[in-house]
Amino acid sequence: MSENPAQMVKQEETRAAVSAPPSIAKYRILFIRFIPVIVLLINLALHSFLPNKQVSNVTNTYTGVLIAVIVFYIILACVSIRNQSLGEAMSYKVPLLAVLFSFFGIWDLVTLKLKLLPLPYFPGPDKVLYAFVQDWPLLLKCTAYSLRLLFAGYAIGALLGLVTGTLMGWSQRWNYWIGPLLKIIGPIPATAWIPIALVAFPTSFLASVFLIALAVWFPVTVMTSSGIANVRNAFFEVAKTLGGNQKYLIFKVAVPASMPMIFVGLFMGMGTSFLTLIVAEMLGVKAGLGWYINWAQGWAEYAKVYTSLIVIAVMFSSIISLLFKTRDRLLIWQKGLIKW
Amino acid sequence: MVTEQDNGSHTVGGAIEIKNVGRVFGEASDNQVIALKDINLHIKPGEFIALIGPSGCGKSTLLRLIVGLDVPSEGELFLNGEKITGPHYERGLVFQDPTLFPWLNVYDNVASGLVARKIYREKKQDVAEYIKLVGLSGFEKSYPHHLSGGMAQRAALARALVNHPRVLLMDEPLGALDAFTRMQMQDEILRIWQERKTTVVLVTHDVDEAIYMSDRIVIMTPRPGKIQEIIDVPIGKPRARNHPDFFRLRSKILETLHFAGEETLSYYL
Repeated sequence: MSENPAQMVKQEETRAAVSAPPSIAKYRILFIRFIPVIVLLINLALHSFLPNKQVSNVTNTYTGVLIAVIVFYIILACVSIRNQSLGEAMSYKVPLLAVLFSFFGIWDLVTLKLKLLPLPYFPGPDKVLYAFVQDWPLLLKCTAYSLRLLFAGYAIGALLGLVTGTLMGWSQRWNYWIGPLLKIIGPIPATAWIPIALVAFPTSFLASVFLIALAVWFPVTVMTSSGIANVRNAFFEVAKTLGGNQKYLIFKVAVPASMPMIFVGLFMGMGTSFLTLIVAEMLGVKAGLGWYINWAQGWAEYAKVYTSLIVIAVMFSSIISLLFKTRDRLLIWQKGLIKW
Repeated sequence: MVTEQDNGSHTVGGAIEIKNVGRVFGEASDNQVIALKDINLHIKPGEFIALIGPSGCGKSTLLRLIVGLDVPSEGELFLNGEKITGPHYERGLVFQDPTLFPWLNVYDNVASGLVARKIYREKKQDVAEYIKLVGLSGFEKSYPHHLSGGMAQRAALARALVNHPRVLLMDEPLGALDAFTRMQMQDEILRIWQERKTTVVLVTHDVDEAIYMSDRIVIMTPRPGKIQEIIDVPIGKPRARNHPDFFRLRSKILETLHFAGEETLSYYL
């Protein structure tokens, strides 16, 4: 079954629509659309009626979330009977949701119910969800701290990277002086500077801003300078005959022409900045999600570790989506963009 | 024909004076390539000049010298009596490759000359006018990668014209187009030229195109690049592509090129 599951569903739907009488085909599609609910109901039954093997205080959080999701899904599925575009979107997601919901059931089984994985390292979904309910004010605060640190460091690093990259790509002299520095400093992982940064800066926040900025600066500089150095000479020649001065050539020709490369640098910088952020928070900063993970681990509260991992995943994924959206808007002129 | 009185600022078309120009590439004496040697040419304001010749005859090099993207090894070039020292918006350029800025849409590409000169706000209306002139109205928002070769070249033409250049320099601008688009574009360039009275220098290796479009044809020969002959095209415009004088001129030009060497003749036949 190497085929794309979504395509399979679509194909099956069309096949069904062609072969079977319209009403039967329609019921079949609707039945398929309700499969995730069946999975959720099985999860609920397993969670409610199977005896627990892991010794743990079971709250009603998982049950509540399951019921909420079931109700929400049923409402959505009912609306989709009349709303065709919603229906198509749901049919497309059905295989994915079914697998995702099954995963929750299996997770519950191998931890709480059958104890195939031991506590405290592998709590069931109920404990992880409960940690979220219980600790959300602190998680929110930590998320805010992490975001603040990330944006400060990323903005400074990206801006400096753009400046040095442009200078290096544009002028041989700058390239001569910054190039070797970049080659020596750049490859050092920013996290390796943590011991020095923590003593060199007055606060751990500033030290972390510096580290993240450094982590972003390197890829942005490399990509920007190589982007600018590789702009087709003909663009500059045309710009000159149009009356463009040096400033025009840099900001209206060189920089926009190398935007695709600059974005590659910005994406690479995003990855390194996430890494640096979490490590810096784990080692030095007294706030943020990295710190939270460390702290939860110190108390052997692994449920909270998983909770913060989920928060980190959602946060970083959203940020990357945002960067992709920005790029798609700015690089609308480019053919064949990579999709996220 | 365009007015002959050339008193600088009032005429739209510029006069080009090329005096004893030579261009040598390479530093060491044994590796030197003489691209151009002893070029003397006077181009009248509003004239349409075609530079033709086999590859390597230095016609593109000469064009780049007039544009100011290259400097002569010897001799001087003048536009309306002023020495050409570098690129200037008075000398507009169209390459074979349209070289539109891919990050700008058609409108912004055409406007880029005005933006570069910081006069966009005052001359805004020119952009739409030139887009209309080249027949691209309705495509203002399109990005270059969505344009066909002919449309892209029209946009490039509008971009060069929006600065009201005194001289329009074109380096095989229609070379990459199919035969029909090519003929259509030839007519449009001629129409625009007659409307704007700009001096035009067209580099081409298409003899028919040169005869159809230009007032004078400058035939160049390679190694070293020299002007072999300058031929007047005495056919009135608009020209019919099947005018009887066409064949006569064509034979004459091919004959001229034939004296330049056997292989160049076969190149054209």
